[in-house]
Amino acid sequence: MSPAILLLLAFGLSLFGWLAARSRAWAFRKSASGVRLHSLPNFHGWYVALWIGVPALLFAVLWNTISSTLITAHVMADPAASLLPGFGFERETMLAEARAVAEGKAFGVFNEEAQGLIAPYRTAITLYDSIGLIVTILVGFAGGAFAFLRLKPDFTARTRVERAVMALLLIASLVAILTTIGIIASLVFETVRFFGMVSPIDFLFGTHWSPDPMSSGAPNGKDYGAIPLFWGTIYIGAIIAMIVAIPLGLMSAIFLTQYASSGVRKVMKPLLEILAGVPTVVYGYFAALTVAPMVRDAAQAIGISSASTESAVAAGLVMGIMIIPFVSSMADDSIAAVPQAMRDGSLAMGATTAETITKVLVPAALPGIVAGVMLAISRAIGETMIVVMAAGASANLTANPFESMTTVTFQIVAMLTGEGSFDHPATLSAFALGMVLFLVTLTLNFIALRVVKRYREAYE
Amino acid sequence: MNAEAIKTEVKADDRPYFDAPSKMSAKNVSVFYGDKRAIDDVSIEIPQRYVTAFIGPSGCGKSTFLRSLNRMNDTIANARVEGEILLDGEDIYKSGMDVVQLRARVGMVFQKPNPFPKSIYDNIAYGPKIHGLTGSKAELDEIVEQSLRRAGLWDEVKDRLADSGTALSGGQQQRLCIARAIAVDPEVILMDEPCSALDPIATARIEELIDELRGRFAIVIVTHSMQQAARVSQRTAFFHLGKVVEYGKTSDIFTNPREERTKDYITGRYG
Repeated sequence: MSPAILLLLAFGLSLFGWLAARSRAWAFRKSASGVRLHSLPNFHGWYVALWIGVPALLFAVLWNTISSTLITAHVMADPAASLLPGFGFERETMLAEARAVAEGKAFGVFNEEAQGLIAPYRTAITLYDSIGLIVTILVGFAGGAFAFLRLKPDFTARTRVERAVMALLLIASLVAILTTIGIIASLVFETVRFFGMVSPIDFLFGTHWSPDPMSSGAPNGKDYGAIPLFWGTIYIGAIIAMIVAIPLGLMSAIFLTQYASSGVRKVMKPLLEILAGVPTVVYGYFAALTVAPMVRDAAQAIGISSASTESAVAAGLVMGIMIIPFVSSMADDSIAAVPQAMRDGSLAMGATTAETITKVLVPAALPGIVAGVMLAISRAIGETMIVVMAAGASANLTANPFESMTTVTFQIVAMLTGEGSFDHPATLSAFALGMVLFLVTLTLNFIALRVVKRYREAYE
Repeated sequence: MNAEAIKTEVKADDRPYFDAPSKMSAKNVSVFYGDKRAIDDVSIEIPQRYVTAFIGPSGCGKSTFLRSLNRMNDTIANARVEGEILLDGEDIYKSGMDVVQLRARVGMVFQKPNPFPKSIYDNIAYGPKIHGLTGSKAELDEIVEQSLRRAGLWDEVKDRLADSGTALSGGQQQRLCIARAIAVDPEVILMDEPCSALDPIATARIEELIDELRGRFAIVIVTHSMQQAARVSQRTAFFHLGKVVEYGKTSDIFTNPREERTKDYITGRYG
């Protein structure tokens, strides 16, 4: 039985229960004048529908996970199964082949021995599917009957349905949290494996990065110094990009909130926000094909002969432009959120608009602006495509922005898509890098939240 | 100048209405928001060293008129003022008038206390700094202390000048705003319902303060409370539907109004 049919069945039964319960609730109301229902008829409907749908769905899910094992067990009991080879790969293949034919997904078997298993598979599948179908219906009916019999005029259906909805909301919020925990767990697990092979001291403080995914034997810790990557990430994402993004973003926010007429604002704000919607790959092209050659030519023109086509400055500039909407829209929102009374107060003191902006509005909006910058930095250091295309792959530890540099994200991609096997330290180093990146962004977000909270307390 | 001296000065100033020298005068002023006429042909004199109260029902235009006295209506996109408003005989709406200078001379206190999210000290120091009134830190300290003393707030905050101005109570915040307005040494102080967000005790404190201050500044106060107008002002203007119905000595307005509408409003028949 395909899951889709069980799902439809559960919904169908629920709908039926909903209609039945609702009409019963209406009947209560009609049966005697003066009877007041505790809950609206719809809530009675939902109560019964939930009691049908939820158990039926739970059973369907459970049945889906165990029926496969039961079917295999059933087939194994068949005499034809004794012809199969003992254990191992071949045996699994034959079982899978026979099953595919039995389910109609394949037309014939490759191995002769599997032929005999098709018929037992067919009977087993039919049997367990029918059991599944019948029990699902029974479970649905049992739940529905239990719920339906409890309906009375003063039955508190509404509170119960609301409790169920609350549980649903709780589950929804847990999904995101549990996923995050899962991600952390997997990162930690692989990182620990990596640090079993390469010392954390070498990794965190070494200045030479050249892991060889093809090497064998004990890894040389000296090749896993990640400082050049951290430096490249900070230099490109947090320094060059921010030098571009913070002033431009802040100034555009100030212009849009304080000086622009509403017509100009209406046109410019969406235009600016389009920047945020451009795929980062496209920014990457722009960086690699347009900005990088321009940067190189400019650098050579002023006498820096070492300037290469792949440079930190090209990647940083484009990344800064990409980040502008983040900074400007957060700054815009928080400046606009400063009460008009502040602005009036300052203007009424005889302050000019410029003084009002720099001395009152921007300080008052600072928490939002700082938060915007922090988010922008964590976005920038997690950015991959632009660096891949414009910054290069060589792990240089240099302050010269015209040289090629690489970042943590780039190396994660390089290590995971490389040819190395999964338990090789070069591949595992990607997880350690990811872990560092994760911790840094987490810290940034944490600081941003703290700053916002501190200032907001003082502000209200 | 100590409080005693101010009080004697005030007593001496209690002259009849037309004796008081005029600080500001409005001549045939109309204010428009877009096409809507909010103030219709108002002419009024704001006397030196008196408290002038604007009373009237909600939406009668008294706040609008108040805001036009220091051109705060300029911040509203489609507001337009016709007529003449003179400050010491000079039209404040003439072209070339510097709004910054005007607002330094005509300060304003708002309905809701709006201290800046800065320290108490910086709130007061803001105005003197932007107008370059002081040359040294010592002078600035002096202005801050003097302004806070005049606003009757010094004793309450002298030990915590570095605390945020927003951490004060509502009444203290409003006195901070008054101190802030005083700090730039204005000639006129406009108050737009300064007590409407405060409890009765804080209100009484502000009213006392207004009374102490009137010897130094011309004060214009918009209020909803007729008792307040009667308590603090020497002149009262009654606004209704964008027009001034009656303007005169406060005692006359409240005891012996000339207009029927004024009488109806004061006795609580409408508004």
